[in-house]
Amino acid sequence: MTRRLGVVFRKEILDNFRDRRSLTSAMLFGPLFGPVLFAVMISFALDRVVSSEDAHIRVVVSGGQHAPKLIEHLRRANADIVPMAVALKEAREMVAAGREDVILLIPETFGEAFRAGRPAVLQLVSDSANSAAEEGVRRVRMMLGAYAGGIGAMRLQARGVSAAVTIPIAIDDVDVSTPAARSVLLLGMMTYFIIFSMLMGGLYLAIDSTAGERERGSLEPLLTLPVSRADLIVGKILATAAYMVTALAVTLIVFAVVLTRVPLEDLGMTSNFGPATAVRIFVLMLPFSLLGAALMTCVASFTRSYKEAQTYLTVVLLVPTLPILFAALNAMRPSTGLMLVPSLSQHLVITGLMKAESVPVSYLLISFTSTLVLGLLLTGLATRLYRRESLLG
Amino acid sequence: MIEVHDLSKRFGRVRALENVSFSCPDGKITGLLGPNGAGKSTALRILYTVIRADSGTASVDKLDVQKDSLRVREKIGVLSDGAGLYPNLSARENVEYFGRLHGLRGRDLVARVDELVDVLGMSEFADRRAKGFSHGQRTRVALARALVHRPPNLLLDEPSNGLDVMATRSLRDMLRRVRAMGVCVLFSSHVMQEVAALCDEIVIIDKGHVAACGSPDGLRAASGKDSLEDAFVSVLGSGDGLA
Repeated sequence: MTRRLGVVFRKEILDNFRDRRSLTSAMLFGPLFGPVLFAVMISFALDRVVSSEDAHIRVVVSGGQHAPKLIEHLRRANADIVPMAVALKEAREMVAAGREDVILLIPETFGEAFRAGRPAVLQLVSDSANSAAEEGVRRVRMMLGAYAGGIGAMRLQARGVSAAVTIPIAIDDVDVSTPAARSVLLLGMMTYFIIFSMLMGGLYLAIDSTAGERERGSLEPLLTLPVSRADLIVGKILATAAYMVTALAVTLIVFAVVLTRVPLEDLGMTSNFGPATAVRIFVLMLPFSLLGAALMTCVASFTRSYKEAQTYLTVVLLVPTLPILFAALNAMRPSTGLMLVPSLSQHLVITGLMKAESVPVSYLLISFTSTLVLGLLLTGLATRLYRRESLLG
Repeated sequence: MIEVHDLSKRFGRVRALENVSFSCPDGKITGLLGPNGAGKSTALRILYTVIRADSGTASVDKLDVQKDSLRVREKIGVLSDGAGLYPNLSARENVEYFGRLHGLRGRDLVARVDELVDVLGMSEFADRRAKGFSHGQRTRVALARALVHRPPNLLLDEPSNGLDVMATRSLRDMLRRVRAMGVCVLFSSHVMQEVAALCDEIVIIDKGHVAACGSPDGLRAASGKDSLEDAFVSVLGSGDGLA
């Protein structure tokens, strides 16, 4: 009994191994795609954090000669002033067309109003629908505000009034979110990339050993052998799971290599995505391989052809994102109940590990066991599906 | 030894088989002749245990195909329609896989596969991957796969479909050789010539019913015709669907 299961298992492993195309997509693209994309995304996120306050921003200024002190202030605040004499109409066109992010128009009357102590009007042309320019516009606005604030305080002082009287309320922001908590979305993606590459690792074998076998006409001879259908299907599921585990290992290794090049601590994640974290995630994800393999096999055995199976399994690839997305949108915290939900429980635990929070051992056990039990149930279901006569189509 | 008694099977509203009975003795080649869609494949598929009959019984070596399906499968070799192979495995590996699932292993298995490679003339392509095999090559591998465990009963569904003359000849030689070893051979065909050339016993099946059965001589005598071909046509009413 178990020996025949082993024969089926070894044959499926060898068969899939020889299919170069599916092997590269399973073992290379899946495991590489996730970590690399993840690293790129983190680098972008870091770039924005680091660059925003220091980077020089280009500001086109028309009529700068009417306010030399203001221009001087902007320059010191890292604005690259580009003098250009333009009227409001031209300025609007330039910004609307996206040629410039922000244009400051200083009218001739500026100096006069300024000296007279009346509000001196400036025109700041920007496009609030252009999210890429948003940050620059915000900074120019802050520079102008800081300049105006300083001038205002000086004017009051000159009249013997403390600037403090203009600030009846002072707000002291206490933000309890840590950089770590803000990185939740990124971490959610990491869990999904791991799950995605695992499913990719087993996808082809799951299709090939069910729908593929039927389409090519080798299923019928196989079912005439003195092997129970349970042995056949469990052997196939275990082979699929073995490829998923391999894909998991490759993914984690690639993650470990890639993430050493990314300063994670700036985002508040633990920077030691080293062997210890990798091994923990590996163990945590192990039962998911059985669950995923059984799920894909069940779905594939309903389908009539290779193509149909591929279509349905693409949907299966998305299913594990749903709990993760739900958790991210609702900012869920780990709890015993949530540990019963596959993919979500792995996500929460991995997030905890990456944030170097302490994760209760009971959570690990519940996550591991519930995922394993669900995997076994689905394996049982697949066995039942394989006993159906309509399986042969 | 295969015995079929009162077998019926419907697929939805289609009656594929109705009260079909026949038997195939050991050491003889029995031909299941009938036009396409007559129910030949359905009868064979019930016998090789992948589908279940609605009523009636079928047995192989006195073992019921439904109650004792695992043991029946030990006693049969099957060449199904289409002869699907695993394209990523070599011819030899395809045969070995089935041998292993029949419980063969080690030196016995290797020796048996070598023997089949030799007998079926597969040495040229035995170690090549099955991807891109010709129809004849695929059929030979599938036949080797069906014979690997030396089954006492051999079931073949349209084995000569799409084979060229040489391949057909070697298939016939092979079946005669297997018969000489006392194996019970049952094969289906819609080709009259082939059945006439090869069979000791003929079961003519049409629209799910057994239209006639017996030895070639018996069929000729019963229909009062000189040639077996005329006998078939007189039994079936017309030669439609036969070749």
